[in-house]
Amino acid sequence: MSSWRKKIEGYIEPRFQVSAIRDFARKKKVPEHRHSFWYFFGGICLFLFLLQVVTGILLLLYYTPSVDAAHESVQFIMSQVKFGWLVRSVHSWTANILVGFLFIHMFSAFFLKAYRPPRELTWITGFLLLVLFLAFGFSGYLLPWNELSFFATRVGTDIAGVIPWVGKALKTFILGGPEVSGATLTRFFWLHVAVLPAFALLIMGVHILLVQTLGMSKPIGTGETKEISFFPEFILRDSLAWLLILAAIGAICVFLPWEAGPKADPFASTPLGIKPEWYFTFMFTTLKLVPAHIFSIEGEVLAVMGFLLGGLFLMFVPLLDRRAAREKRSPVFTAIGLAVLVYIVLMTALTYLAPNIGK
Amino acid sequence: MALKPLLQEANRLSRLAPAALLILAAPLFLSAQKNSCIECHLAMDDALKAPAEGFSGDVHKQFGLGCQDCHGGNPAQDDVELAKDRSFKGSPQRAKIPEFCGSCHANSEIMRRFNPNLRVDQLALYWTSRHGQLLKKGDTNGAVCTDCHGVHGIQPANFPKSPVFAWNIPQTCGRCHSNPDTMKAYGIPVQQVDDYKQSVHARALLEKKDLSAPVCNDCHGNHGAAPPEVTSIAFVCRQCHPSAGDLFSKSPHKEAFDSLGISECEVCHGNHRISPPSDELLAGGKQDVCIQCHEAGTGPHQTGLEIKKKIDDFVASSEAARSLLAAAEKRGVDVNEAQFKLQDATTALVLARNLTHGLSAAEIAAGLDEGGKALSEVKARGEAALQEARFRRSGLVIATVFILLLAAAVFLKIRDLKTSPKRPG
Repeated sequence: MSSWRKKIEGYIEPRFQVSAIRDFARKKKVPEHRHSFWYFFGGICLFLFLLQVVTGILLLLYYTPSVDAAHESVQFIMSQVKFGWLVRSVHSWTANILVGFLFIHMFSAFFLKAYRPPRELTWITGFLLLVLFLAFGFSGYLLPWNELSFFATRVGTDIAGVIPWVGKALKTFILGGPEVSGATLTRFFWLHVAVLPAFALLIMGVHILLVQTLGMSKPIGTGETKEISFFPEFILRDSLAWLLILAAIGAICVFLPWEAGPKADPFASTPLGIKPEWYFTFMFTTLKLVPAHIFSIEGEVLAVMGFLLGGLFLMFVPLLDRRAAREKRSPVFTAIGLAVLVYIVLMTALTYLAPNIGK
Repeated sequence: MALKPLLQEANRLSRLAPAALLILAAPLFLSAQKNSCIECHLAMDDALKAPAEGFSGDVHKQFGLGCQDCHGGNPAQDDVELAKDRSFKGSPQRAKIPEFCGSCHANSEIMRRFNPNLRVDQLALYWTSRHGQLLKKGDTNGAVCTDCHGVHGIQPANFPKSPVFAWNIPQTCGRCHSNPDTMKAYGIPVQQVDDYKQSVHARALLEKKDLSAPVCNDCHGNHGAAPPEVTSIAFVCRQCHPSAGDLFSKSPHKEAFDSLGISECEVCHGNHRISPPSDELLAGGKQDVCIQCHEAGTGPHQTGLEIKKKIDDFVASSEAARSLLAAAEKRGVDVNEAQFKLQDATTALVLARNLTHGLSAAEIAAGLDEGGKALSEVKARGEAALQEARFRRSGLVIATVFILLLAAAVFLKIRDLKTSPKRPG
């Protein structure tokens, strides 16, 4: 080892104790079995998040969060700023891809029952991250202030307004008034670049720390398995996936750059076929299909309550699935998860294949 | 376009709504009061029942007026003889209808009580109309108020179901003017309404529901309806097309047309069946209108050909620029700025086409030159956008190759680690 390298290590080691991290990384193992493919999705989500952070910070250089300038600034980024089209397209496309991978990550962890003790908190923080990223998507969608996002936000916040007792107050809080306006744009910007990142970093920190300290969960009934080193073997495999995804995102952005769309006109009538972002469409179509009244309760209220209860069920599934906690198979929970997945896929597909269904 | 008299009246009537409400609210007793006219007529056969039925939706009723206000009599009486007292006027003879309606509508004192903004000169205008003059001569075939406005069920002119609402007017006029039996005696052709329905004006009104598009009364007048004279057609068209009119007035055509005693706009554009303006109307076009007066090969016709060539060249350049932008857009490059610039060129073309009314080839060329500058910029931006698209694609290829090489290196390293004897487990 050269003397200057020794000097640097001599300076860093007492201050940061890097050797502890190095030793931890050296010792850390990842189980290898026929389901270990699903382990990669967490890392992919992290990579996509980092991509969002980098492109988001770059977009902040030119984006202006006001009704008069938001759309114009996005237009400017797309047409005038060097590589602005790429940065914005990567940001918009990755946002959607990230939400897709988050769903895959969540459902794979659900079906592998990775929420079993002692990983309850890993699951709960993961679920909270999914909610946070949905909020990221919802708030970010409005920021270009274009026609589609404006009316989709109106539709989306109408869903929130249906929640019993707190719905109206919640809707007013989200919108900063009774309607989607300049106040909503400022509020969504505040959420998107300050509040949500702070919470996301905090929860993600806990989530990753737990994954690192508790290690990867093995599916029920998997006995002793082969193991690979986290560093470098697992990291290398994960990074291979990152590279392939990066290449795919690049190609998508070049051939299908994310459009700025026409500027929102609050006085225009709602365009036909308006719908929220794809990851909210299963709720949107449910609300369209639900009957006006079910047992004298408003159908919409019941549906929204159903989603909230479904969310709570998913969040607290580690506490409910007692069989899995005892390392026993729990087919009931697998069936419930499967039903939820099929429902989401079916409703999302219906939104696009039968747009005129329901009301 | 100048505000149409018809719409003016409609607006005025609509402004009357608060007053109407007051009038309706104040004499609530009126509705509670007995109306033996309605009661008896509702019990009668079709023809005598119709007035009572129709009156329920009549604008006059909305203003608090009753049968007796037009027909006299005493609706409070049950007995028909007593109801038809000395004030009873009955229904007016057809020839008397204008005066009958005019007794209120030409009386500013009465109209002031209901709608101070409503014009009271309709009757005076009517007597100046061709309809009024026929009636004056004793020809009762001449249209009277009820022929256009209806009777017992009269609606304000701004009510879409009113026969005098803009998009119902061609049908209303056509009831007589498209009827060969009615028109035969006057030697008036009957195809005008059919012609109008194929015009650019009818398309705007009936398809786009553009209420500012002209209908019969906008050119012929309504209460004072009469066909425009040759000398006045140009002024009628100028109500909405002043710029083309001004250019024509300055052109050499003005003096020539005046001396020949031919109408201005109509010679090239026709009258009822006015087609959308097209470059094909210019010299050498498929519908060359210049050839009507200027033989091919003559100086003026040559000038016309030059003008058309300039415009055709500009249109071709515009289309090329538009295609260029479309190609760049298809390749994912934002060309909004260039699209805006292209609008400048389109505006220049519209102005140049309008300048053809002035026949000044120099002015047209100057206008098109301005547009040409915009087109050059659009073309440059379009080519830059296509260049950008090529740059993006080649950049993508280079970046992808680099990423895939890196991925291949990682893959080889993974394989190497797998086969390495040091591999744990």
